[in-house]
Amino acid sequence: MQQPIPNSKFLIPYCLHLADTTLILSQRNSEWCGHGPILEQDIAITNISLDLLGQSRNFYQYAAELISQKNGNIVTEDSLAYLREATEFKNLLLAELPRGDWGNTILRQYFFSEFQFILFEQLKNHSDTQLAAIAAKGIKETTYHIRWSKEWVIRLGDGTAESHDRIKAALPILWTYTEELFIPAEYEVNLGIDFDIMKKIWLEKVMAVFEEATLSIPENIVMHTGGKNGLHTSELELILAEMQQLQRTYPGAEW
Amino acid sequence: MVNNITISTEKIWEILGTVTDPEVPVLTILDLGIVRDVVVTNDAVEVVITPTYTGCPAMDMISMNIRMALAEHRVNNVKITSVLSPAWTTDWMSEAGKQKLKTYGIAAPNKNFEIPEDGVECPLCNSINTRLISEFGSTACKALYQCNDCKEPFDYFKCH
Repeated sequence: MQQPIPNSKFLIPYCLHLADTTLILSQRNSEWCGHGPILEQDIAITNISLDLLGQSRNFYQYAAELISQKNGNIVTEDSLAYLREATEFKNLLLAELPRGDWGNTILRQYFFSEFQFILFEQLKNHSDTQLAAIAAKGIKETTYHIRWSKEWVIRLGDGTAESHDRIKAALPILWTYTEELFIPAEYEVNLGIDFDIMKKIWLEKVMAVFEEATLSIPENIVMHTGGKNGLHTSELELILAEMQQLQRTYPGAEW
Repeated sequence: MVNNITISTEKIWEILGTVTDPEVPVLTILDLGIVRDVVVTNDAVEVVITPTYTGCPAMDMISMNIRMALAEHRVNNVKITSVLSPAWTTDWMSEAGKQKLKTYGIAAPNKNFEIPEDGVECPLCNSINTRLISEFGSTACKALYQCNDCKEPFDYFKCH
């Protein structure tokens, strides 16, 4: 698909959307640090957190560069992450939901990784070379995240009665936040991203994994959207209160 | 004050060859292949580097260590540029680097194990009777293994 050179009017909110989503999901996953079910999996989920944080830094740095160019004021990756209000955040609602139990964390990560891989496949050839570079770099990491989370979805779904019940219980709630992945916000419409194709591929992949995991897609569910445009659940306020507390209390504090 | 740089590009590369990775100190940044270019102009040196993994926390420290190593040779006007494209790959790791990793106790990246699975050669006893414990290890670039023969746990530097 031929992509136009994006206007910064759309590119800036889009970069912030990608940055916010990866930052908030990274923050959520990092809550497992020291609490994972076993040491190796604690390390795995926090490694994934670190990869997501790295991706979010790249998107924030790029957004900061574009904003500074456009407005002439100095904006940094830190000011974007630490000094914006919840209503300014454009992350997917899926990312901000509470971590829940291991089944919930795994299933959310799987939904996201599968989506991110398909998205980065499109972005890595984007006419905007910096977006393309960040995606081409990130996709190598996402490949690991999919493999790991997919194996866990199957292990839990097709595992013991307890593990099956847990992941099955997480499914109907998480599922209501998946539609948002494929509904473009106004700033995404003209970026040359094919959301319909993404949705089709994503669904096929999820259904194949669900078959192995003995899970089925919930039907007749009301979907939630809004995160891309700053309409969030109350959970985001709580994450930001914790994450931004230091910079809000001691502005400009450094290590 | 004289700012003009009389040092050669070759010498800069030589100095960069003494800067090691803080997480895997047996490897230099040249062994890792993260230095992409060196540009010497009249009054400045630009070193172009690329991160291994997106979230690698060692990059800031590596930049600082590059500055310190060059400062020791009175090269003070240094610009470090980080580029993302083309994305770093373990294909850029030197053969000498791979040998150093093994001696250090870390299995080097191996094309036969693009996806980590059982059978990576144990760097201690060379057995291939080994098992993957976790695709994620103590740093972003490593996976965790155990040797079924000598029983020693070891890291595998993943293909990337």
